[in-house]
Amino acid sequence: MDPLALTLIELGAVVFCLGLLARLAGRIGMSPIPLYLVGGLFFGAGGLVKLEGMHEFAHLSAEIGVILLLLMLGLEYTAAELVTGLRRSWQAGILDLLLNFLPGAMLAVMLGWGGVGAMVMGGVTYISSSGIAAKVITDLGRIGNRETPVVLSILVFEDLAMAIYLPVLTATLAGVSLLMGLQTVGISLAVVTLVLVVALRHGHHVSKAVHSENSEVFLLNLLGAALLVAGLAAAMQVSAAVGAFMLGIAISGATAHSATRVLEPLRDLFAAIFFVVFGLNTDPRSIPPVLGWALLLAVVTAATKMITGFWAAKRAGIGVPGRYRAGAALIARGEFSIVIAGLAVASGVVPTDLAALATAYVLIMAIVGPLAARFVEPLVRALRRPVRGPAFRTSGPA
Amino acid sequence: MNVDETDLPGLGRRKDFMTASGRRIGVVEYREGQTELIVSTWDDPDTCQASVPLTADEAATLGNLLGGQRLAMKLSEEHREIPGIVTRQFSISAESPFQNQPMGKACIRTRSGVSIVAIMREGEVLPSPGPDVVLHPGDLLVAVGIQEGLDTAASILRNG
Repeated sequence: MDPLALTLIELGAVVFCLGLLARLAGRIGMSPIPLYLVGGLFFGAGGLVKLEGMHEFAHLSAEIGVILLLLMLGLEYTAAELVTGLRRSWQAGILDLLLNFLPGAMLAVMLGWGGVGAMVMGGVTYISSSGIAAKVITDLGRIGNRETPVVLSILVFEDLAMAIYLPVLTATLAGVSLLMGLQTVGISLAVVTLVLVVALRHGHHVSKAVHSENSEVFLLNLLGAALLVAGLAAAMQVSAAVGAFMLGIAISGATAHSATRVLEPLRDLFAAIFFVVFGLNTDPRSIPPVLGWALLLAVVTAATKMITGFWAAKRAGIGVPGRYRAGAALIARGEFSIVIAGLAVASGVVPTDLAALATAYVLIMAIVGPLAARFVEPLVRALRRPVRGPAFRTSGPA
Repeated sequence: MNVDETDLPGLGRRKDFMTASGRRIGVVEYREGQTELIVSTWDDPDTCQASVPLTADEAATLGNLLGGQRLAMKLSEEHREIPGIVTRQFSISAESPFQNQPMGKACIRTRSGVSIVAIMREGEVLPSPGPDVVLHPGDLLVAVGIQEGLDTAASILRNG
């Protein structure tokens, strides 16, 4: 067959199947990310159907998917929100980082994946899925709840932590020395600070440069700027994703809102392809051996996110049911865990088992997270009632 | 009244307060401009029992209803000494013949003897409105007069 025809047919079939999967996910009220991953496992190496023709396009699309995911993450919060979020919730943010980075990192060391593997797995277990968390909060009608700002400000902190973590990860994956690594940390801290200051003081200039009333011009400006910045960042050995993220932070105000609206369909398409490609590159046969570890990690890091949310909500003066709700809302891991694992796998310096473990882990957490958020409250009530009941009754022989 | 304002990063802002009956009530203002009325449950003030999305018009009307009630109560209080004087509120519906018309066109005072002492619009009070004030749908007219006059005024505003 003509190679172009083959590519088009494969691509069309894959995108169409993704549509079906997304529809199924919507029907049963779950995030489509785990289904995309499963779809990728199904099509890819060692899966049931082999796809060869679309490889080049899919690879580039996946890169664009990561850039768009990070650009939209940057657009989500204004610079002012990031700064106040940091000021208000840094204690909870640091607890979150310690409790949730360590389990992944420790497991990686136990499995003999070394410092680089620990760095990657720590990131995978640390970062909650802000996409899933926001959707769960909205779907369950919890936006007006008092614990919601607590949850959101932890997500904001994780956002900023990503801005430091990703460049460090990129440097680690490139195998630079400790001194160079420290230099990277210094540079990324300086860049983050600079971007925040620029966004706070001169955000409107950046916004003006890309803004246009015409949505076509606006889309082309935005996409062009994002790819340019990402490409330049990649050329300077800072990750492309970080460049896009910084651009997202620098764009603010009304421009950021309309940018989110314009980019959403593109993000949905390319991010879906990114998840499929990640699944494609993971051999499904490598998952069963690591499934036990993934389950263990899931249990531990669900508990650690619970503790984080519980503690943060308690500090904010939220009642006991609200503390459990805050913890459960943070459990879901998703897109950014896969982004981190994807960067690591693409560099080729981590064992392939890591991709399998990250896939299995995210599959579990993206499904368990929303369920936990929904059922934690009835569960806690059911558990607390029998304990509280007898305490009010007068006991003793009648 | 102590209203708590809390940022909701990425979403907007929540403004609420605790009522004397122990429930939290307020609004969530989204960055995109929508408003949601929120009411907490009885047993857990952290949880929302209801969050009702409101359009700008609906929010303004609700504000008028609540604010108008207070104004009317205050006026009734002041008129208590004079027997027979009653305060009543009329809302201008989208079907009213006088919507988007100057109030003077209805000739309420001439025809019914009732005075319109204030108009509540989008949560604000226009005191002593003149005859050239244009009535909008959703406006709440605070009227003072005797019982029969108020009935007449209501029918004028409804049917012309």
